[in-house]
Amino acid sequence: MSEPAISEELIAAHGLNKDEYQRILNLLHRTPTFTELGIFSAMWNEHCSYKSSKKWLRTLPTTGKNVICGPGENAGIVDIGDGQAVVFKMESHNHPSFIEPYQGAATGMGGILRDVFTMGARPIAAMNSLSFGELSHPKTKSLVSGVVEGIGGYGNSFGVPTIGGELRFDKSYNGNCLVNAFAAGLVKTDKIFYSAASGIGMPVVYLGAKTGRDGVGGATMASAEFDDNIEEKRPTVQVGDPFTEKCLMEATLELMDTGAVISIQDMGAAGLTCSAVEMGDKGNLGIELNLDNVPIREENMTAYEMMLSESQERMLMVLDPELEKEAKEVFKKWDLDFAIVGKTIEEDKFEVWKDGEIKASLPLKALSGTAPEYDRPYITKTSKKLKNFEVPRIDAISALKRLLQNPNFGSKSWVYQQYDHMVMADTIRRPGTGAGIVRIHKTSKALAFTSHVNPRYCQADPFEGGKQAVAEAYRNLVSVGAKPLAATDNLNFGNPEKPEIMGQFVNCIRGISEACKYLNVPIVSGNVSLYNETDGEPIQPTPTIGAVGLIEDLGNMIEGPAQPNDVLILIGEQGNHLQQSAIMSVISNNSNGQPPITDLEKEKRNGEFILNSISFMSSCKDLGQGGIALGAFKMAIEADIGVSIEEKDIPWYFGEDQGRYLVTSTTSNALILLEEARNTNIDARIIGSFGGKLIKLGKSFLQYDELKMIYSKSLELALE
Amino acid sequence: MKAAVIVFPGSNCDRDLAIAFEKVTGTKTKLIWHKDANIPNGIDIIGIPGGFSFGDYLRVGAIAAQSPICKALVDYVNSGGYVLGICNGFQILTETNILPGTLMRNQGLKYICSEIELLVENNNTAFTHGFQNKQNIKLPIAHHDGNYFADNETVKSLNDKNCIAFKYTKNPNGSVDDIAGVLSQNKRVLGMMPHPERLNDQSLGGTDGGLIFGAIESMLS
Repeated sequence: MSEPAISEELIAAHGLNKDEYQRILNLLHRTPTFTELGIFSAMWNEHCSYKSSKKWLRTLPTTGKNVICGPGENAGIVDIGDGQAVVFKMESHNHPSFIEPYQGAATGMGGILRDVFTMGARPIAAMNSLSFGELSHPKTKSLVSGVVEGIGGYGNSFGVPTIGGELRFDKSYNGNCLVNAFAAGLVKTDKIFYSAASGIGMPVVYLGAKTGRDGVGGATMASAEFDDNIEEKRPTVQVGDPFTEKCLMEATLELMDTGAVISIQDMGAAGLTCSAVEMGDKGNLGIELNLDNVPIREENMTAYEMMLSESQERMLMVLDPELEKEAKEVFKKWDLDFAIVGKTIEEDKFEVWKDGEIKASLPLKALSGTAPEYDRPYITKTSKKLKNFEVPRIDAISALKRLLQNPNFGSKSWVYQQYDHMVMADTIRRPGTGAGIVRIHKTSKALAFTSHVNPRYCQADPFEGGKQAVAEAYRNLVSVGAKPLAATDNLNFGNPEKPEIMGQFVNCIRGISEACKYLNVPIVSGNVSLYNETDGEPIQPTPTIGAVGLIEDLGNMIEGPAQPNDVLILIGEQGNHLQQSAIMSVISNNSNGQPPITDLEKEKRNGEFILNSISFMSSCKDLGQGGIALGAFKMAIEADIGVSIEEKDIPWYFGEDQGRYLVTSTTSNALILLEEARNTNIDARIIGSFGGKLIKLGKSFLQYDELKMIYSKSLELALE
Repeated sequence: MKAAVIVFPGSNCDRDLAIAFEKVTGTKTKLIWHKDANIPNGIDIIGIPGGFSFGDYLRVGAIAAQSPICKALVDYVNSGGYVLGICNGFQILTETNILPGTLMRNQGLKYICSEIELLVENNNTAFTHGFQNKQNIKLPIAHHDGNYFADNETVKSLNDKNCIAFKYTKNPNGSVDDIAGVLSQNKRVLGMMPHPERLNDQSLGGTDGGLIFGAIESMLS
């Protein structure tokens, strides 16, 4: 079959600009073939090449005493002692989920799980951070249902517990929803697998499902803005098959046990192209592929289609030829494809053959090494603190009721009940509030997971917003008694070619870096999603932080819940910061003002105080959106009893000052805690007590049962 | 007591079930691959785990019921063997006609993962003698197709012959007569949608599930 001639339109349709095409001509000293053009577009699009973000990603702290593998591989790896490590990453599937919510979200889940088990780790926990448009927008409800069903449909079948996440609604996501999926797995430190090929003439083996035409050009699609014609992009979305993925994982882990795997890489964005080039590039080798041997499920596929297909549940590996028979046996057992499709070569070349013809012959190193990199211009914009800020006149308990009626702050059980959060029978702390926890089999240890970002803060002040995202994730982990280990970042922004968007990106990264350095939480993996814009309307900057913490001894974790007659203690200063707060977003349209400033020194000191005082607490909750009022209410929900807090004003109840916790304990333990706080110069004071059937904020109160009903139903009612 | 667990491609509670057995037996649970045609000698009870065997494609449990091991399973049951099928395992037991009825899509059409309350309806079995009759117990459910259905005659017969092990106190999925767990006529096969293996340790939030495994062990050892 003859390939189309290269034209200006064809180049533009591949998302390559004039300079980038010139770069190709300079490299090849000839016109590329159609297949080669496809390969370049797959390798050089924003999604795969990080061409706008690379310069800034390099500034993130990525190393640490326990870090075994930082960014650049399929996922990050952190040592947790006793010869074990946790492997994790968060990745976006925003564009596909907006076009086709069920499959977009399902394959997002599939992709992130594959990243984890490709490294030899069995996935043990998943989370997802979801952002949708306003509930009044005609598309929102169907997107929410489709995305949640897609994540559940894939994760439940695969058999990984989904133990946490986030869900928010804001009009800036009307035209671009965000689906950020996180997965973590457990691996033995001496059984980690990487993607760098080694050895010359080694067989390159294709594993898993067959190749079809789905997802051709997906990565290029995900590197552009949307307009009115997005329906036409539906075929660029892949179709997921969790059953095949589950079998692929079991087969891959079994295969790794045979010793036959030299290196391995999953086929994700840009499929065969990206995985083959990455393996060659990292191992300083060339790769030769013969597409005639690739298992296909559709007839008459061209080399172009096969190289760009994003069919799911596929892997590429370099095999130890002496163990070919054993390796084949494993895949036969699981009824999966196993085909030798090429070999490693000494020469720096990426050569693709089909029907006895060369379809592509490119310098391999240059494909990834000379990808364009941009230092895009940016401008920094931050909102100033409002001098004449008017505190809303509203009764405290009515304000809490208004907050709970808003689906952003109500219970998310409608979502997480659709996810299996108990499979593997290790879930110590189920989703609901704060971090989720899974124990580690045959040890007394456990891992805590959380994800956080406050896009409203990031919009108002990207630097402080970035800092806060890390700090609150840190706080979430501390509040369950886990020592924060490391984090992954999923950076979702608009069009980086606009200086103010680039400014948001740069400053969020600066904020994240500063907080990660100070709190000793390195970023070990991550993903960037740009061009989240429709018709020029960008999303709020949304740098989601997924963080992992270690509980060394299950016997020494903060179990909760609060008990009747426990006193409520505020750790951290008494606050009053209402600008950019949750309560303001609900009761006023004033979106101006400055977000709270995170004092990292206090953040760390207060966090360490909590971790050192676990034995004196019955429960703990970190404070974030909704301040003391919402925090105490959620503790009451967990304990299923009322709470009474002293008489104060609206800024005190709902202020979102950072670095704070609520802690409960018996009266006698409270005295010890307060004494300990005094000795270590930590702000701490008793502000209320648990028990009874009322939620009391000073003199104003409502029945616990009434507020509980509102809280548990607000999301469900909004989605009906 | 020696327990075995059948593993189908797509099973995902096989490890959890094997461990729950190990916790009471103290010995390694035997795993049987679905392509095997025989059940090894000396097995006192067979567990059929939850999950999505063959992806739940076609109809839940339908493809698994055609696996070579399921012929051997039917023989094992006919010769008086004990079987515990949980969730997808229950679905497979109905597809092999070892237990009557069928499991349809939940009435609300959504997957539900939640802790629910059950009423023990027959405590005179190897699985349930650790409970009182009509005792309220808590177990988690996690399924998309847990809506048990059988015709009126079958339901009446199940009630009359004490073949209902558990009923839901608040029916989550539309099951006929609130049925959550069904026994064979000889009471040696139990199929149930809730997951006892997920609640057998205080750190997981409860131990009611563990009582089922404890009961099995004390009866069969």
